[in-house]
Amino acid sequence: MFPSSFDYVRASSVSEAISILNNEEDAKLIAGGHSLLPLMKLRLANPSKLVDIGRIGDLSYIADRGDHVAIGALTRHAAIESSDVVKASVPMLAYVASLVGDPSVRHRGTLGGSVSHGDGASDLPAAILALDATLVVTSASGVREVAAKDFFKGFLETDLNQGEVLTEIKVPKATGGWSYQKFNRRAQDWAIVGVAAVRNGSTKISLVNMASMPIRAEAVESALSGGASIEEAAALASEGIEPPSDLNASADYRRHLASVLVRRALVEASSN
Amino acid sequence: MTVTDSQTSHGILGTRTLRKEDPKLLSGEAKFTDDLVIPGALYMALLRSTVAHAKIVSIDTEAAKEAPGVVAVYTYEDLKDDWAGPMPCAWPVTPDMKNPTHFPLANGKVNYVGDGVAVVLANSKEAAIDALELINVEYDELDPVLEIEDSAKDERVIHEDLGTNASYKWDLIPNKDGVDEAFAKAAYTVSERYIQQRIVPAAMEPRSIVVVPAPFGGDFTIYNTTQIPHILKIMLALTVGISETKLRVIAPSVGGGFGSKLDVYAEDVLTLALARKLRKPIRWTEERTENALATIHGRGQVQYIELAADENGKVTAVRVNILADMGAYLQLITPGIPLLGAFLYHGVYDVPNYSFSCTGYFTNKTPTDAYRGAGRPEATFAIERAMDALAHKMGVSPIELRRRNFIQKEQFPYSSAAGLVFDSGDYETNLDKAVGLFGIEDILAEKQRRIDSGSTKLLGIGISFFVEMCGLAPSRVLASLNYGAGGWEAATVRILPTSKVQVVTGSAPHGQGHETAWAMIVADRLGIDINDIEVLHSDTAIAPHGLDTYGSRSLSVGGSAVHMATEKVLEKARSIAAHQLEVSEADLDYANGMFTVKGSPDKAFPLAGAAFEAFTAHNLPDGMEPNLEASVTWDPPNFTFPYGSHLALVEVDTETGKVDLLRYLAVDDCGNRVNPLIIEGQVHGGLAQGIAQALFEEAAYDDRGNLITSTLADYLVPSAAEFPFFELDHTVTPSPTNPLGVKGIGEAGAIASPPAIINAVVDALNHLGIEDVEMPASPQRVWRAINAAKKG
Amino acid sequence: MEVTMTVNGAKVSKDVEPRTLLVHFVRDNLGLTGTNVGCDTSSCGACTVHVNGESVKSCTMLAVQADGQEITTIEGMAQANGEMHPMQKAFQENHGLQCGYCTPGMVMAATSLLKENPHPTEQEVRNGLEGNLCRCTGYHNIVKAVLAAADGMAEV
Ligand SMILES: Cc1cc2nc3c(=O)[nH]c(=O)nc-3n(C[C@H](O)[C@H](O)[C@H](O)COP(=O)(O)OP(=O)(O)OC[C@H]3O[C@@H](n4cnc5c(N)ncnc54)[C@H](O)[C@@H]3O)c2cc1C
Ligand code: FES
Ligand code: FES
Repeated sequence: MFPSSFDYVRASSVSEAISILNNEEDAKLIAGGHSLLPLMKLRLANPSKLVDIGRIGDLSYIADRGDHVAIGALTRHAAIESSDVVKASVPMLAYVASLVGDPSVRHRGTLGGSVSHGDGASDLPAAILALDATLVVTSASGVREVAAKDFFKGFLETDLNQGEVLTEIKVPKATGGWSYQKFNRRAQDWAIVGVAAVRNGSTKISLVNMASMPIRAEAVESALSGGASIEEAAALASEGIEPPSDLNASADYRRHLASVLVRRALVEASSN
Repeated sequence: MTVTDSQTSHGILGTRTLRKEDPKLLSGEAKFTDDLVIPGALYMALLRSTVAHAKIVSIDTEAAKEAPGVVAVYTYEDLKDDWAGPMPCAWPVTPDMKNPTHFPLANGKVNYVGDGVAVVLANSKEAAIDALELINVEYDELDPVLEIEDSAKDERVIHEDLGTNASYKWDLIPNKDGVDEAFAKAAYTVSERYIQQRIVPAAMEPRSIVVVPAPFGGDFTIYNTTQIPHILKIMLALTVGISETKLRVIAPSVGGGFGSKLDVYAEDVLTLALARKLRKPIRWTEERTENALATIHGRGQVQYIELAADENGKVTAVRVNILADMGAYLQLITPGIPLLGAFLYHGVYDVPNYSFSCTGYFTNKTPTDAYRGAGRPEATFAIERAMDALAHKMGVSPIELRRRNFIQKEQFPYSSAAGLVFDSGDYETNLDKAVGLFGIEDILAEKQRRIDSGSTKLLGIGISFFVEMCGLAPSRVLASLNYGAGGWEAATVRILPTSKVQVVTGSAPHGQGHETAWAMIVADRLGIDINDIEVLHSDTAIAPHGLDTYGSRSLSVGGSAVHMATEKVLEKARSIAAHQLEVSEADLDYANGMFTVKGSPDKAFPLAGAAFEAFTAHNLPDGMEPNLEASVTWDPPNFTFPYGSHLALVEVDTETGKVDLLRYLAVDDCGNRVNPLIIEGQVHGGLAQGIAQALFEEAAYDDRGNLITSTLADYLVPSAAEFPFFELDHTVTPSPTNPLGVKGIGEAGAIASPPAIINAVVDALNHLGIEDVEMPASPQRVWRAINAAKKG
Repeated sequence: MEVTMTVNGAKVSKDVEPRTLLVHFVRDNLGLTGTNVGCDTSSCGACTVHVNGESVKSCTMLAVQADGQEITTIEGMAQANGEMHPMQKAFQENHGLQCGYCTPGMVMAATSLLKENPHPTEQEVRNGLEGNLCRCTGYHNIVKAVLAAADGMAEV
């Protein structure tokens, strides 16, 4: 298994990457390559050119910025998982990073890549959604910021346009209660259903693999803010949601799992 | 003449000797087939059917032929004169068995997703695979026949010329009246239906072949990651039409097989025929998805089992009917797989009346064939699940019911109603040990406490007591089953002039550690260092005779042959020593490489001296041939019958349906133990595969016959994170059927564990009214079972 | 495209197609066939090597991405005096391999794991090897080997 032929260029800066992307419609960024290369090997993606941003050293950092933690887009899952800053200020994010794939995947995959890929079955996009992170996007026309909840648009579709690079993820500190429930059959697998719960003032809940993209469990959130009990709120986990069906879980089983996992997440988040 | 030494063993057998084969494997030095560097080789790639059942309207290969690097593209039509025969099936189980004639590439019709349609040869792997995308095939799709029970209805017939989807019906009904009477009189009966899902064997090394022709000398060297170099050579000669004398098959390091490399595949014959046609080396290595689609699957049965029992729960009859999924075609021993279990559906129980029937049906799926245990896991699952069903019905404990039915120690050798003679056993002692070690009483208390407290994490204990027939096998018995080969094994032991020893074996290991175990057998008798012993195997030019490795036969048949050849070579050495010392052979003792005269130990002659004398031949006894070497081909008088108690403890999350395996204890009896380290490794590996069948793995198809678990991301081979440490112990009941007193252990774990796990899952949920959960007991399935039970 | 990297301590330069995967580069271009390929989906870990000292699935990295990096394959694990690495020894002593196909990847994953967590618990070892599949051993002796290596290497 190997990809179809393509051209390759390594960008030494964000602006260089942007200018290549702007000149070639079919060019694609590659960061860690751990979402893109598997697709290319199966020939489900066949870009004509890869623009490697993996070596842009100044996009790999974790910085305490007072009310939030700023994470460079090229920061690897392994670095997030073991970062003292993240563990202290956004413990859920460190925990979620530690559940992604396996250690070798975590040595290569980047937060920016995972978020840009926007897979509804991935853990980190759902985590930053529950954490109300802000995404910093750079293009030839400058820098813009997008709230996580406006970023994910559909199946592997995000707010990013060709010629834009996600450069930083700003994650508000969240040291209140939290829980991440990842339900899978083998440790290395993606979640069949996952639930992130963050108590930071209000309670925010996001769902993994319950839709074509990462989503918030809005019905649960508003029930909770309306004073519903955990049990009552959890029962609404898949309200208004059409979950996918596959070999591991039909839609009805997914709905059931979502309720169980939301309840467990809320119980755990209120006890830590 | 046989002489008894005062010391016949040097204490090596039974020790945890580290494996000789490890350093080369650990360092990356070992060569697997795809590692071989062969200058000038062409790379082969297959275009495979993307539909399960269709007529081929047209195949357009023009663009592919023009692609850079491509040397040739062929379809069935282009190669139809290259075969001496169709793809082989060596086990025509009945005289009227229906076997669809088929060739390596599809002839006008495809019958499963993965069926070969066209083959590309190119100068590089990249060029070959890229060119596949340029071939256009137009299909006229037919509805696929996917489920065994649909196939049985014959509403759509896959192979029209056969007129039916049934390949054969095979019965073992020695005493129908007795069975009927037992059921008529029974105080209790159970009637169960179980599903053996399809399993992808998933050896970690994919299949790989390199064929190197010598176009002027006319011979072919075939490197193939196979379990059966000897059988493959014969089959290739017959199928491709090349004299067997021109073929040399070498199996380099083989990365696991589990039955999936016990076969003759389209790619095996294609690479050879194309090497002949193009006069170039041809190589091919499977991709993982091809492995899932086009390497055989295991299991695939619908099982009906009925038990009749008297008021004490003593089972009086077993009646079994199996519907077996052959897949699209018959592979090497596809039809015979259910027969390997046919005699064992009464398990370890003394059951006087027996009836077994099996019908093999074609489906539009990957062909099935041997997978670790082959037939015996199916039998063990059915009887061990049915025993639990009977226990539940009677309200007795599953363990107690088993005790009431055991074949008793005094009954061995035990002639079963199915017609086997079980060699040896002491089931009661084995079970006592397991039950003692597991601490069942404490678990039962905790289990009840959780039920009473309304916990959503319930405990279940499952038992499985298995027996299997392995060590294939007496050739005459195989003949009575119409198996296309014998069951002997060959060995040569050769003591070289420098006194180093070469052992040549017809067994073909692929991870089992023969190099170590065989060296131990020889070292134990000769009293020499195992590092002075080299074991040669898996090359038909070096080990010309052999019947290869499968069916837990290597040690009991091949190891016994090595043992006998060692004995024989020692006798020859003894004659030489006696001649040199001018004493009679009977006056010599042998130990630690030295012959000594009984009573005067200072009169001695070393084995090394005998080896050198045999080499120079300057002074040998009259009439003795030079060289110190002996060969034995041994045909065992019976199978061996290993057995054991397996106990599993699971925790079921009743909210999500997820099953966690908390503990697993296996107390196996494989007779005498040559190397406990290797035995334990075999049990661990077998357990993992059996537990995976029970909880994780399933070759699942959609309703158009697409395999939806064709990668290791979807097909859930578990990792270390899904298992606990296994608890192992053993009893030892030597087998009287071979000189080592050993029984097979390679398949035991895979045979015993699926029913232990499912019995445990059902035990956890039985109070909810759940009597069965299909394999694999995935979270979704368990959740559905709980839901259904709640609804009543 | 020209790539240059340090593989098992030696600097190598080769011309490769951009689509060449690191695993094919080490196997086909460098003849280091100890690194194996077991799947198409980055699931099995048979191809695990170290890139700058960390385990990586070399089937999921382009050779061009490894340009300028330090690569260690199983062939580079033995010590300078020719002795096996303590992890390799632990695998032999604990019978942590049967067919040996997963073994190079397991050894590479396990050494990377111990580098990050020198004293893992049994469960940490199991989770640390979650991305490496073995069909032969049931992992029992692999986990034992890694725990033993952790003990042994800690003493050094
Ligand atoms: C075996 C395996 C198991 C995995 N298991 C999990 C799991 O359990 N949970 C989970 O969440 N994920 C899992 N993943 C995915 C993993 O987390 C990926 O590493 C991650 O999703 C992508 O990061 P990357 O840097 O590798 O991205 P790449 O593959 O390099 O890129 C992904 C996509 O994002 C684009 N992109 C990358 N960086 C940027 C950027 N800065 N700006 C704009 N666009 C960008 C690329 O063009 C591409 O389209 C797994 C992956 C593998 C191979
Ligand atoms: S070959 Fe790389 S993970 Fe399987
Ligand atoms: S030892 Fe064979 S796959 Fe691990």
